[in-house]
Amino acid sequence: MKRLLAIMGLVGSTILISAPARSADYIIDIEGMHAAIQFRIQHLGFSWLVGNFNEFDGHFSYDSDRPEQASVAVTINPASIDSNHAQRDKHLRGEDFLFVEKYPDASFNSTRIEANGADKLTIIGDLTLRGVTREITIDAEKVGAGPDPWGGFRMGFTGTTRLVLKDYGMTKSLGPSATAVDLILQVEGIKQDDEKAGGKR
Amino acid sequence: MSFLNSRNEYGWFSIIVHWLMAAAVFGLFFLGYFMVDLDYYSPWYNRAPHLHEGLGLLFGALLLVRLVARWLNPPPPPLASLNAMERITARAVHSLFYALMLAIVVSGYLISSAGDRAVPVFNWFSVPSLPLPLEQQEDVAGKWHRWIGWSLVIAGGLHALAAIKHHLVDRDRTLRRIVGL
Repeated sequence: MKRLLAIMGLVGSTILISAPARSADYIIDIEGMHAAIQFRIQHLGFSWLVGNFNEFDGHFSYDSDRPEQASVAVTINPASIDSNHAQRDKHLRGEDFLFVEKYPDASFNSTRIEANGADKLTIIGDLTLRGVTREITIDAEKVGAGPDPWGGFRMGFTGTTRLVLKDYGMTKSLGPSATAVDLILQVEGIKQDDEKAGGKR
Repeated sequence: MSFLNSRNEYGWFSIIVHWLMAAAVFGLFFLGYFMVDLDYYSPWYNRAPHLHEGLGLLFGALLLVRLVARWLNPPPPPLASLNAMERITARAVHSLFYALMLAIVVSGYLISSAGDRAVPVFNWFSVPSLPLPLEQQEDVAGKWHRWIGWSLVIAGGLHALAAIKHHLVDRDRTLRRIVGL
């Protein structure tokens, strides 16, 4: 019986190893927090107001030989918005802006990815925010990839996109220079496709 | 009329504080109600909340003075002409007002002091924040502040209607006592 199980295990692992090569899967390093979702918006046309969404999670798959087959999915907790000013954050979570009580979830799921050579990507996908789902385009760039010092393999991207506030039902006027918000994304993923790396972050 | 409350009459200290706080409750309610929807470019966008915070904290200070004064120099009991049910209701309503007024000040302070912010009372002094371990304190306090505010003005409106009823229907001294006549 033991021997039978051992053989089955051997056969099983052989099948896994011989499975056709596919894009490597990465989970975003939330535990070590080597990722950030930052936003910035003009204040009166005089300066940039910056803040972060502190809580999010996600994964991506990427193979440098076939970047167009890559994909990325991220969920964001809009209530975790943090502009380093509690009273403003309360306003941002309220009905005028993110309305987190009614729309507690936000997400991004890529639908197609175009490679523009030299590690540059155009990521097209659906952003769901404040109950509205719209197609957005993220200009992304691979920052680097390689084995980390702790036995894992990591890959990181940076990206930007711009959202028009009223597209997502945010009609509170902040003035003519503040009708759109930039999202600036930093993502580091840890490769998940072998058992050893699975638990490490 | 004396400064202090007597066995049957309110003193003018109580009367002034009562009307000052009545005006403050309604004034702060309407200030708060309108300030949250101000246009970003309104000259009042920052000024109105600043005024609301400062006046709110002064209201809180006056409330503490009032509670101490009430303890040292209790108000006259309800009129002898009231029945038992009316007396119980009168006392309960007064206690409810004090509870609501304390709660509106505390919840407002918790909004304004969230994020370790000292709350300014005009350009006079600031009330420091307390290191409270509350998750999203400003949101929770904000929700309470709104509902307590509505409760206060609705209860205040009923309180005023009841006083008018005593004056016009029952023809007793309830309203006259608190205006000092």
